[in-house]
Amino acid sequence: MPVTSEKIMQRLLLAVAFSALSALLLIAVFILSQGLPFIFRYGFREFLFSSQWNPQAGKFGIFPMVVSTLWVTLGAMAIGAPLGVAGAVFLTEFVPRTVMRIIKPAIELLAGIPSVVYGFIGVMVLAPLIRDHLGGPGLSLLAGSIILGIMILPTIISISIDSIMAVPRSYREGSLALGATVWQTVRMVTLPAARSGIAASIILAMGRAIGETMAVIMVTGNSVKIPGSALEPVRTLTANIALEMGYATGMHRQALFATGVVLFVVIMILNFSASYVMRQRKARR
Amino acid sequence: MPVKIALNKFSVHFGPDPLLQEIDLEIQSNQILGVIGPSGSGKTTFLRALNRMNELQPGFTARGRVLLDGEDIYGRDYDAVSLRKKVGMVFAMPVPLPMSIHENITYGPKLSAGRGWKHDEAVVESSLKAAFLWDEVKDRLKTSALRLSGGQQQRLCLARTLALEPEVILLDEPCSGLDPVSTAKIEEALTILKERYTVILVTNNTKQAARVAGRTAFFLMGKLVEEGTTQQMFTAPKDKRTSDYITGRFG
Amino acid sequence: MKLDPKHTQRAAVAVLGSATLLTLTALVFIIVFVLEKGLPVLSWSFLTGAPQDMGRAGGIFPAIVGSVTLTVLAVLLAAPLGVGTAVYLTEYTRESRLTAVIRFGADCLAGIPSIIFGLFGFILFVTILKMGWSLLAGGLTLALMILPTIIRTTEEAIKAVPLSYREVSYSLGATRWQTVYKVILPNALPGILTGVMLGVGRALGETAAVIFTDGSSLRMPTSVFDSVRTMAVHFYLLAREGISAENAYGTAAALIIAVLSVNLLAYWMMNRMVAKRT
Repeated sequence: MPVTSEKIMQRLLLAVAFSALSALLLIAVFILSQGLPFIFRYGFREFLFSSQWNPQAGKFGIFPMVVSTLWVTLGAMAIGAPLGVAGAVFLTEFVPRTVMRIIKPAIELLAGIPSVVYGFIGVMVLAPLIRDHLGGPGLSLLAGSIILGIMILPTIISISIDSIMAVPRSYREGSLALGATVWQTVRMVTLPAARSGIAASIILAMGRAIGETMAVIMVTGNSVKIPGSALEPVRTLTANIALEMGYATGMHRQALFATGVVLFVVIMILNFSASYVMRQRKARR
Repeated sequence: MPVKIALNKFSVHFGPDPLLQEIDLEIQSNQILGVIGPSGSGKTTFLRALNRMNELQPGFTARGRVLLDGEDIYGRDYDAVSLRKKVGMVFAMPVPLPMSIHENITYGPKLSAGRGWKHDEAVVESSLKAAFLWDEVKDRLKTSALRLSGGQQQRLCLARTLALEPEVILLDEPCSGLDPVSTAKIEEALTILKERYTVILVTNNTKQAARVAGRTAFFLMGKLVEEGTTQQMFTAPKDKRTSDYITGRFG
Repeated sequence: MKLDPKHTQRAAVAVLGSATLLTLTALVFIIVFVLEKGLPVLSWSFLTGAPQDMGRAGGIFPAIVGSVTLTVLAVLLAAPLGVGTAVYLTEYTRESRLTAVIRFGADCLAGIPSIIFGLFGFILFVTILKMGWSLLAGGLTLALMILPTIIRTTEEAIKAVPLSYREVSYSLGATRWQTVYKVILPNALPGILTGVMLGVGRALGETAAVIFTDGSSLRMPTSVFDSVRTMAVHFYLLAREGISAENAYGTAAALIIAVLSVNLLAYWMMNRMVAKRT
């Protein structure tokens, strides 16, 4: 009697375990099935490289959005990556361990702030600042990069701290015993050793930045054009989907799904790279 | 004395490495068999083979037969789960489950009886008494077992095994971390228990085997070198390696 | 002239320290700013009253109800699935290609942006399965979003249960499932709850996925097929439509307090679990 219930439990748990995988497959299938037909009909090159986004006239070129997403993300990485890695290094190597053990969870806690709140701050505080001191309407590419940069900081800091802490103590001690300062050790031994974990954190943060929707909608101004400067308003791929989905029909709706396909593919590639990088580190050990 | 367990050309491999090689052995009921030998000789693998605990880790393969009351426990239809209720085990490190003393003892019996099991307080009391622990804990059965001392925890583990009313009790160096007083209590318990059970005691301490065991088996590098009455093994062993180990020339 | 390494170190520390300070200031500023402007708005009537005039006045009670019910629904769906998956991966299988694939699937799921979940939920639950904009559609979508977190934290919690407990249980004649639910799960419970709490924190702050699946009705829900606004959605709409900055701050304050408390609870539980082990 217990044997059959054992077998039942085993089958049940296997079925449950497949739920995660099936969910992923299901999502991929649906998004692709809604978006791919459009891409094939409209033409991939037209879709990706045309600058004309005019749903009323049947024009669905997402190039401005692609460029904007790229610039906003790069800007966010330029702000978030150095600050994040610097913060991680400072907190692990130059601050007493007990202090770090308080600050790290505090930073992770701050990561829980909903993105709409970040966006709101961007609108109420950052955009006016940019408008008054740098010009332009305030709601801009720059505002988007700054807010996104701040949003990805906890991810980069947290994972980088973990990677730096994972470097064996013997590496550090070996270097220090040869008369190196802590900073020299960090620069020449610890950071290179933690390289893959830090790289993975940056790749993951990039994925998050590309996928962010609410905050960018609120601070980037959402105008569809290729930006000439950082002070101009832009619209990202995610914002495009979110803003127009509510009233889109027919081909318009399919175009938005196709945008989703592009996003999905890009982020999957980033995920693959991040885990590939992480696996490299494990393999080297 | 009837034969309780018989091993027939029994071998255990971990991957390609042999841990036990072609063991032929008969273990009689109602006695204590001491198993001695240096570290790495396969004593623990041998013990764990008797209640099929080895197979919980991937990579272990067994060949040959182990007969319990004439039935091969490695046979295709033999259920390992019910085997472990007949052949109980006490480990080297006392591992009380993180529950109360009472819950530790009733854990085993509740498994097979399911929800319909009525608390048989007599079982709790008798197993704790048989392990010489009852007097020390009878007033605090509901407190956490983690609060007991090392020696008490080990006796609890013995009582826990006894609560299942097994036929064979396997002990893997049960006194290795314990003080002499606790060790003495456990040895006294075993001496009484052998009247009702078959006891197999793996020990690193040859003197303990000399004290408690009726028969002794000497393992070396995965092979059973010699087995006989304790008296004969310790005074006039047939194999030179046995006498070398017992007199302390190596080990 | 060679620079004295001690000087370079001092310069490096100054740079790194300022970077860290900048980071912390920015993060703390956000919370302080919102709370400073929003806490005064949080009154009993604000929290329990119904919104009037599209939110220009009145309270946010339906939004609170919406957040709570949606989150509870998502957890009720995701927790059994997540814990079951983690149990299967750790206790019922050996590391193999299959487990690596399942784990990879769960990790990928974690990285998908919420807008795509929103699209997916919209197509599958709202449209094809005809649930309409509803708590049910939103709950199913959110459940998928928090599933990976629950799987990962449950796996860690199960792996932290000492091997010896399992050995003892098996040696007393327990089957695998009995060992799991009598010994392993009770011991892993704090870790599992931590994962659930983290999922709750994420679900509370979700906006993009919720708008497309749960909609933004201001009415009190009567069944899972009703659409209900959540605090996050309400806040977003207030802010974006420029309806009421004051109420927006209030809602944001309530939202932040809720999310931070849940996350704090999760961390506290995780620390207790670590302390008990050592």
